[in-house]
Amino acid sequence: MAWEPKIVAFLCNWCTYTGADLAGTSRIKSPPNIRSIRIMCTGRMDPTFIVKAFALGADGVLVSGCHPGDCHYVEGNHKALRRVLLMKRVLAGFGVDADRLRLTWVSAAEGEDWARYTTEFTETVRRLGPLNWSGRISGEEMLTEPQEVAS
Amino acid sequence: MTGKPTLAMYWAASCGGCEISILDIEEHILDVDAAFDIVFFPCIADFKTKDVEAMEDGAITVTLFNGAIRTSENEHMAKLLRRKSKVLVAYGSCAHEGCIPGLANTTSRAAIFDFVYRQSPSTDNPEGLTPQTETRMPEGAITIPSLWNTVKTLGQVVDVDYFVPGCPPQSDQAWKVIEAVIDILKSGKPLPPRGAVLGAGSKTCCDECPRERREKRITRFVRPHEIIPGSHECLLDQGILCLGPATRDGCGAKCVIAGVPCRGCYGAPGGARDQGAKMVSALASVIDSEDPAEIDRILDGIVDPVGTLYRFSLAHSTMQRVAVADSDREA
Repeated sequence: MAWEPKIVAFLCNWCTYTGADLAGTSRIKSPPNIRSIRIMCTGRMDPTFIVKAFALGADGVLVSGCHPGDCHYVEGNHKALRRVLLMKRVLAGFGVDADRLRLTWVSAAEGEDWARYTTEFTETVRRLGPLNWSGRISGEEMLTEPQEVAS
Repeated sequence: MTGKPTLAMYWAASCGGCEISILDIEEHILDVDAAFDIVFFPCIADFKTKDVEAMEDGAITVTLFNGAIRTSENEHMAKLLRRKSKVLVAYGSCAHEGCIPGLANTTSRAAIFDFVYRQSPSTDNPEGLTPQTETRMPEGAITIPSLWNTVKTLGQVVDVDYFVPGCPPQSDQAWKVIEAVIDILKSGKPLPPRGAVLGAGSKTCCDECPRERREKRITRFVRPHEIIPGSHECLLDQGILCLGPATRDGCGAKCVIAGVPCRGCYGAPGGARDQGAKMVSALASVIDSEDPAEIDRILDGIVDPVGTLYRFSLAHSTMQRVAVADSDREA
């Protein structure tokens, strides 16, 4: 089977998740590459989620929430904006193309925008190719599997 | 042999600071001597690997293992000491999270060899010689350990019972850990749960920091040489990149009290997995702008995000290392 981009999307409960739902109920076509995870607010989007998604095999990560000024929690999306901008720099430092992380604003009424953004982003990631993080970091000496360390 | 419990301490890829932190417990070192037979401790006495190999499995009561796993010899010693020890402690940041040696994971073995043996300004190597793991001489073959492309933590190579963070662990904390071990051995009390972090708290460096915190509104990051920090205010409030919010407490906040930003040597706090990502979260919350261009201008002040936010924890981080370039892959 040909490779298809795997994209993990973190969607805020109040705007984008509802907007994505609208795209579905309106029968607007959007790519099946997106794996949606609903969070209450993009402000809840811990950057840990982003590195974990990439480390576990995602080719792209999409974060989408309410437009600036519309946040249900006043400024969660502003925090998400700053996190994503800094995470892009961190990812670039790890050798991951910063375009593999994208932030969009999609309101509950913007099902068409959701379909357009996800189509665009899927094509961007398709062009960048498979990330294959676990394969990419393994050198000749990686004889042992990394183990999770309890803290 | 006196029938006392036995203690070993070994260094892998490390600087020796962890040994100093143990020796720095001052007169308590006599208590250590009274409680244990020291059976392997290359920094302070002449023991050989074959002495350890000759021991029965589980013969060492406690091994404090410091240093990251970077060479075939480091791995061999980690596996050997795991087998010979009842309790194996990852002592110090290198064994716990990779520490400074782990920053080699930002590059590759090929690039390191190229710089050290060819490019560095102080290198004089006209024949382009590089170390070989095996050299044949008339008398026989001489071998040295091979250097790995990726630095690993002790816990990524063998099962570890306990972790003691810090670069190095503070001596008062080191003594508390040893004192607790002696107490357990004498009283027969149960051991702490396996995998526990000892000699540290579970909150953050900020919880120990006496500096005054206000609502943070950062409009510019400054590097340490660009500012003389105020003596009472939070360093991060002053725009100095202090990793206190994403670093485990237990050190007594010594650096920040002295006006030096926390660099993160105690690793991620309890419950957190990835120190750098946690620090991204903290920084994003305090940057005072909602305009993408302005935010980017402020972020330009963080010169080396991976090297700064993962200075001590890169090998242990979720991403573990910087991607290996195809050109650096070796067959």
